[in-house]
Amino acid sequence: MSKSIKLKKGLDIRLVGEAKAVKSKLAAPTIVSVKPSDFHNMTPKMVVKEGESVKAGSILFHDKYKESIKFASPISGIVKAIVRGEKRRIMEVLVESDGQQAFESGSTGKISEMSVEQVKETMLASGLWPFLNQRPIDVIADPENAPKAIFVSAFSSAPLAPDYNFLLQGKGDEFQAGLDALGKLTSGKVHLTLNSDGASDEVFKNAKGVEINKISGMHPGGNVGTQIHHIDPINKGEFVWTVNAQDVVIIGRYFLTGKYDARKVIALTGSEINDPQYFEIISGINVREILSDKISSDNVRVISGNVLTGNKIDQDGYIGFYHNEVTVIPEGDHLKFVATKGWMSPGFDKFSNSRTFPTWILPKSKKFRLDTNTNGEERAFVMTGELERVFPFDILPMHLVKAAITDDIDGMENLGIYEVAPEDFALCEYVCTSKIDIQDKIRQGLDLIASECM
Amino acid sequence: MKFLEKIVHKHEPKFAKGGKLEKWNPIFESFITLAFTPAITTKKGSHIRDGVDLKRTMMMVILALVPCLLFGIYNTGHYELVAELGDRSLPYLDQFWSKVGAGAFVVLPLVVVSYGVGLTVEFIFGFINGHSLHEGFLVSGMLIPLVMPADVPLWMVGVATVFAVVIGKEIFGGTGMNIVNVALTARAFLFFAYPTSMSGDNVWMAGKEVDGFTGSTALGDLASFTTDKMVVAGDDTIKQTGEAVLAAFENSYSMMDSFFGMIPGSVGETSVIACLAGAVLLIFTGVGSLRIMLSFAIGGFVGGLLMNALGTNPYMDLPAAHHLLIGGFAFGAVFMATDPVTASQTATGKIIYGFLGGLIAILIRVLNPAYPEGVMLSILFMNVMAPIIDHYVVQANIKRRLKRLKTA
Repeated sequence: MSKSIKLKKGLDIRLVGEAKAVKSKLAAPTIVSVKPSDFHNMTPKMVVKEGESVKAGSILFHDKYKESIKFASPISGIVKAIVRGEKRRIMEVLVESDGQQAFESGSTGKISEMSVEQVKETMLASGLWPFLNQRPIDVIADPENAPKAIFVSAFSSAPLAPDYNFLLQGKGDEFQAGLDALGKLTSGKVHLTLNSDGASDEVFKNAKGVEINKISGMHPGGNVGTQIHHIDPINKGEFVWTVNAQDVVIIGRYFLTGKYDARKVIALTGSEINDPQYFEIISGINVREILSDKISSDNVRVISGNVLTGNKIDQDGYIGFYHNEVTVIPEGDHLKFVATKGWMSPGFDKFSNSRTFPTWILPKSKKFRLDTNTNGEERAFVMTGELERVFPFDILPMHLVKAAITDDIDGMENLGIYEVAPEDFALCEYVCTSKIDIQDKIRQGLDLIASECM
Repeated sequence: MKFLEKIVHKHEPKFAKGGKLEKWNPIFESFITLAFTPAITTKKGSHIRDGVDLKRTMMMVILALVPCLLFGIYNTGHYELVAELGDRSLPYLDQFWSKVGAGAFVVLPLVVVSYGVGLTVEFIFGFINGHSLHEGFLVSGMLIPLVMPADVPLWMVGVATVFAVVIGKEIFGGTGMNIVNVALTARAFLFFAYPTSMSGDNVWMAGKEVDGFTGSTALGDLASFTTDKMVVAGDDTIKQTGEAVLAAFENSYSMMDSFFGMIPGSVGETSVIACLAGAVLLIFTGVGSLRIMLSFAIGGFVGGLLMNALGTNPYMDLPAAHHLLIGGFAFGAVFMATDPVTASQTATGKIIYGFLGGLIAILIRVLNPAYPEGVMLSILFMNVMAPIIDHYVVQANIKRRLKRLKTA
């Protein structure tokens, strides 16, 4: 039965720099990177060597401990470098394009005629599997587990998030094929959740073979975590998989054509971008190719992903595997005088969920240019009730965070650690008066659970 | 402000790791963070952060305390003059500026001592532990003088502050870690260590002893109603019926006077209207919990009604509403019970915590005349109980979520 959910809690952070609905196509990339660090807790084992030539869809490395999970190259060319960090950890695998974009030929058939095992095998062998994320723990799905449901969100509600209607426009067939493939992987339902506050594209509305739910309210309504909690919550011992809508298209494309074709549309957003817009790219490109002369100030932070959950990258860094946007905001690494910019200032330039700043008095149309300053130093938890206001779960956020900080496994299990991912706590981290890195604490809690209880 | 920034940047290296003044870094940092929001940036996770921080929050509480402080200065000045002239009938608004002056002369030294001693202790602990000054004491330092009787010796305030900061807070780990409210710890310390200076007849009228003239508070008088020697405002000649003493009480501490705060008491707690002004700011900014304030008042009112129903002595017959206006009840509800560190942390817990706090305050006040300080004791008691309340609220949440597993 499809559900309609209304959220009362949450927060929409209004930022300057939303992308205009204009799409530019980039010239073929010269170099791309696949970063093992995009996949939490995954230890890569290389399959190719430096200098070896690969096609788009060739396997570059696989998970050392779960060898069936493989990672493919998005372009054809030669493996230019395997960049290693401390303790020889593999940080990046760089592939230089040969300008051909030749595809590894995959074998596929009609999804409706394929068995569950065949779909699984195809996805594992082709490097599509990493698109599947698993809850609990928020890591790549374990092919051994049977998920009770698969969730796909049809929109993102994060600040400056790309418009999924625009991303997926005209890709109905591929999206549908992807959903069909996902449907094979679970004995339960595939849930597709639409935003009931705005229009949804035909691609989503006409999706077949899935349960269509609707959700309304502020961020984090678009997060799969919120949707899972309200539609089919995870209990201990259960698994739910999640896939990003645009990745469903890439999966579908493979099943239709037999090619690992990782083209996707991303948004370039943020207050420090001249003329923010969309680009059609290939997964893993260097952001330099889209940032060229678009940055409007000197001291900026480039984020692969959105401002709440993305990763900091260099101006010639590579876009992350799961990310649909690149955001550029000002760095805040300078002192702010108390009376003009600090805690004693009137604070019209600050976006605050607390009424200690006059955000509430400003019109809803006012958008803010926020920098990366924490606006205060880290302290012990003092304020209560503020996390609850932005956390639309029947979970006590502060108690769960405290349990995570104190490595209290029983406490975490009881308080709902199996249902959450760090991204669900992004708003809590944003509003926290004590400036505690809550997402990081939850991540550590999940890692502890993964090593002790899974 | 560029020149200030330049000074900071010039001296920063000396205090940084490896600099020659490295160990003084906590002190340096403390002063810098008062003048500037530091240049700390986010690393991962949420790259932007809300403008609010603990300093901003604490500033709101101090702003909310300003009406109480100003009124407290005036009220103290008034009773100073009353005691000096030996004239209880001195009109409240006469000699406005001389009262302000007299009050300021008494109250401001209390504030100075409280902040001076408290911040020194905090700096020492920060220095030992290698962290900059944490903001908690900015509020405690203002609350402590406001809950002191006006003519408490300054050295006592100093001793109480040291006790409160060290035993009440720092041994637990500092701001955010304490179990009981710091300002009330200071008051409770004096209350038990120097009882004659904290309650009784001699303390409440600030200033010089005048022959045969004693002052006491509404609570002190009320406590006498449970004994044979009933006293109202220093007049112990009324030994008649309960109605007569209550009428005399109403005459001295009318509801209206209590509401505006024109009664003797500790420096900042007498005026309900000043507390309400603070409450409006706290609730509006979300710094203080409406749940706690409201349930505290309801708890107190229910307690008053309960006493009325028993009604075995004149104290019990005091109208329930009047209970909420005297003895620092409003001040306790708005500024003490709502301390987020020591109160309940869950939404449901806050309601239970507030209600019991108000109820117990009245019970202690009426049923135990040896301790007229019902509000202080009940909040301290509920501070200790808050984790237990939270525990049961959390358990309820856990059970509800487990039930979901069974029904699914």
